[in-house]
Amino acid sequence: MAPPVSSAITLTINGEKHTLSVDHRTTLLDALRERLDLTGTKKGCDQGQCGACTVLLDGRRAVSCLQLAVAVEGREVTTVEGVAEGERLHPVQQAFLDLDGYQCGYCTPGQICSAVAVIEEHAAGWPSAVTDDVRPEAGPPPLSAEEIRERMSGNLCRCGAYVSIVQAVARAAAEAGAEAEVTEAVA
Amino acid sequence: MTTATAKATTAQGSVGTAHTRVEGRDKVTGTARYAGDLPFTELAYGWLVLSTVARGRIRSMETGPVLAMPGVLTVLHHQNAPRIDSDYIGRLGVPPDPSAALFQHDRVPHLGWPVALVVAETSEQAREAAEALVVHYEEKPHDTAFDGERPDVPSQDTEEKGDLEAELAASAVVVDARYTTPEEHHHPMEPHAATARWEGGRLDVVDSDQGTAWVAEELAKLFSLEPSAVRVRSEHVGGAFGSKGARAHQVAAVMAATALQRPVRVVLTRRQMFSITGYRSPTSQRIRLGADADGRLRALEHRSVNLTSTVFEFVEPCAGVSRVMYDAAAHHTSNEVVRLDVPTPTWMRAPGEAPGSFALESALDELAERCGIDPIELRVRNEPELGPVSGLPFSTRRLTDCFREGARRFGWAERDPRPGLRREGRWLLGTGTAAASFPSGAAPSTAAVTAQADGTFTVRIAAADIGTGARTAITLVAADALEVAPDRVRVRIGDSDFGPAMIAGGSMGTRSWSWAVAVAARELRERLALGGGVPPEGVTVRSDTSEAVRALAQKERHSFGAQFAEVAVDVTTGEVRVRRMLGIFAAGRIVNPLTARSQFIGGMIWGISMALHEEAVRDRASGGHVGADLAGYHVATQADVPLVEADWVDDPDPDDPVGIKGVGEIGIVGAAAAIANAVWHATGVRHRSLPIRPDRVLAAAEGAPDA
Repeated sequence: MAPPVSSAITLTINGEKHTLSVDHRTTLLDALRERLDLTGTKKGCDQGQCGACTVLLDGRRAVSCLQLAVAVEGREVTTVEGVAEGERLHPVQQAFLDLDGYQCGYCTPGQICSAVAVIEEHAAGWPSAVTDDVRPEAGPPPLSAEEIRERMSGNLCRCGAYVSIVQAVARAAAEAGAEAEVTEAVA
Repeated sequence: MTTATAKATTAQGSVGTAHTRVEGRDKVTGTARYAGDLPFTELAYGWLVLSTVARGRIRSMETGPVLAMPGVLTVLHHQNAPRIDSDYIGRLGVPPDPSAALFQHDRVPHLGWPVALVVAETSEQAREAAEALVVHYEEKPHDTAFDGERPDVPSQDTEEKGDLEAELAASAVVVDARYTTPEEHHHPMEPHAATARWEGGRLDVVDSDQGTAWVAEELAKLFSLEPSAVRVRSEHVGGAFGSKGARAHQVAAVMAATALQRPVRVVLTRRQMFSITGYRSPTSQRIRLGADADGRLRALEHRSVNLTSTVFEFVEPCAGVSRVMYDAAAHHTSNEVVRLDVPTPTWMRAPGEAPGSFALESALDELAERCGIDPIELRVRNEPELGPVSGLPFSTRRLTDCFREGARRFGWAERDPRPGLRREGRWLLGTGTAAASFPSGAAPSTAAVTAQADGTFTVRIAAADIGTGARTAITLVAADALEVAPDRVRVRIGDSDFGPAMIAGGSMGTRSWSWAVAVAARELRERLALGGGVPPEGVTVRSDTSEAVRALAQKERHSFGAQFAEVAVDVTTGEVRVRRMLGIFAAGRIVNPLTARSQFIGGMIWGISMALHEEAVRDRASGGHVGADLAGYHVATQADVPLVEADWVDDPDPDDPVGIKGVGEIGIVGAAAAIANAVWHATGVRHRSLPIRPDRVLAAAEGAPDA
């Protein structure tokens, strides 16, 4: 008998449980987009190089194109559709909107998921590759523009909205209580 | 001079003030639906199969085993595909993209040429089947190596005045150099995607493109359909940059939807985008400048060679920028092409001007160095009164104002012009500048503006918002013309049923669409002012700017700009980091300062990427790319980009109803030259080949010739 090519799984997405039968080859990204009509998460390269498909898995950033859907059972998936609280935008979303942290908008869901996690990772004291003092007792470094650039560099934006993305992440981080370098746009 | 940013300049005041994007909430919440996001019942998935040889013929294809695979519905190829008509010249004055004339013969003109489409019930099934399809080729020798040395198509684009050799001989200072730029790719974040279906006797295509009316027209011609039988929609577009017209994926989706009589979606993979969505050709440009000791040009020669495929003649018009920027008694420019067994290049953000300005503005910097004149002063001394080749007046030309304002804000006056003097640890520091220009044009468009009984208005135009902010800009233009607040105006775009309109391209979109919308909205306002109220069905006014655009007086119409960059060069690794950039532009009336600034800055970041990172490498043996993905082809990331600032001087176009010139492309022009000039200032080494890679910096530091 041929081995089974699909399985019934239950995914927890944005706090809601979905039971579905998936082809074992189906990525989390395709399951979200093609099976559950959660198309906010975008496919930019399908090989983990652009960050457009970034979601949060148990609160941590992950590129959903490199996760098989069957491997995500039992974990909490948060997509861009689950970031806002009802009608109230998440501070990161509001900052992207206000400061024009995007142009075409295609990388935006991934950028926003990434930024939400960056602010939490920073608050939890995680260093980055540009952090000077990485000793645990040093605590979080100031969330400088350089820190934000480094931490957000897994999310490509071909339109080149990087400058306003840094400003948006800094503003949202400052609102969340981080010591962030908030620079206003030239306007 | 006004460095206006957020000043209202009309009684109505929406145009010229910062507005967040009208579709912004949809984009930050993930509810904006792009081409691959709309659900359809009975949707089937198509996966293209591309050739693995660079030149030859398809001998046979083993479709039987593939058709037996789970979920596979059909395999389309040159022996069973419907005939299509590609023998026409389209709206933009060029024949269709050769790789969009799908499956019409067995010839393979380049690696990555589409040879089959596999359609299946799911994308997983389609992908596996497409990868399992065995194609046998009769392979022929190929040539994909571009050296820029042997144009084989007679130049149809040459402009010559004056005796070049005589003026060079009479010059006190001569610069003679060759500059090269590599193959570059658009890579919008959203891959090309289309879903086609037949609905009520009409072909309905949900697409991601730069002009729905344009793509609909191309599909009607290719499939010999009545224009009214095709509808193309493209509401949100995840970037385009010149790559999103009628291409293989829409044609494949239409063929399959017709064969299967159900909706079919075809999405390109990132790797497929390297060979069937166009790219910027590599260029080799020779520049000769001859000047008097005071820097005034006597001779200017700019000859550019680019490659094209064997199935389409595409010219990257690099020398065009010299026809606008500087005059000389002897002024020779030409653009020539070499045919190779490679994919067909196309327009990519600032075609011609982006690579052309790298060569020209680097050469000007070399001339400034030889003459001992400040690079800005050199450009000011060579400001032409009239178009150097056309002899026409400029509509406006505020280049010198851009330089003055930029120099003031960048701190140019404190600059020591000598190279290689500033050191900070292992970093050498330098600054550079360059001029920018890009043509400003308008093309005929149609629009409809409707007044509804509830006091709101709807604008319908087949415009495309590819990230430019066009939807918001049109909202502001309509609001001012109607003399109402923008929140009473709803703008609907991205639907070919709205009638012919210019595409989002050539920095002409917002100008062309705004013209049509302003005309219709003003007439509607006048009609409503007569009284009588609005009936339940509303009042609609339509406009067509064809005649008005054709009646526009012949002038040199361009946006201008001054680019400034500061770089740090690591002497131990050869890494170049841009530390800051400033661009000051004279680019017509700025409709929405918030989104226009984003476009300028985005263009400048493309300049950083072009100067330091982007380079598609082709393997001579296979004829294909090495590392055809976003790891192998590096575009600037967040960590590569410093604080980039853009601003502008007041520069409304006197002949445009709204004063617009266009801002989409000028940001990249001159940016790479400003960075290369800054690298020279930092290190004393002139880099004439892009990108300025670490290995090139190190080789140059060790005295290797011809960096």
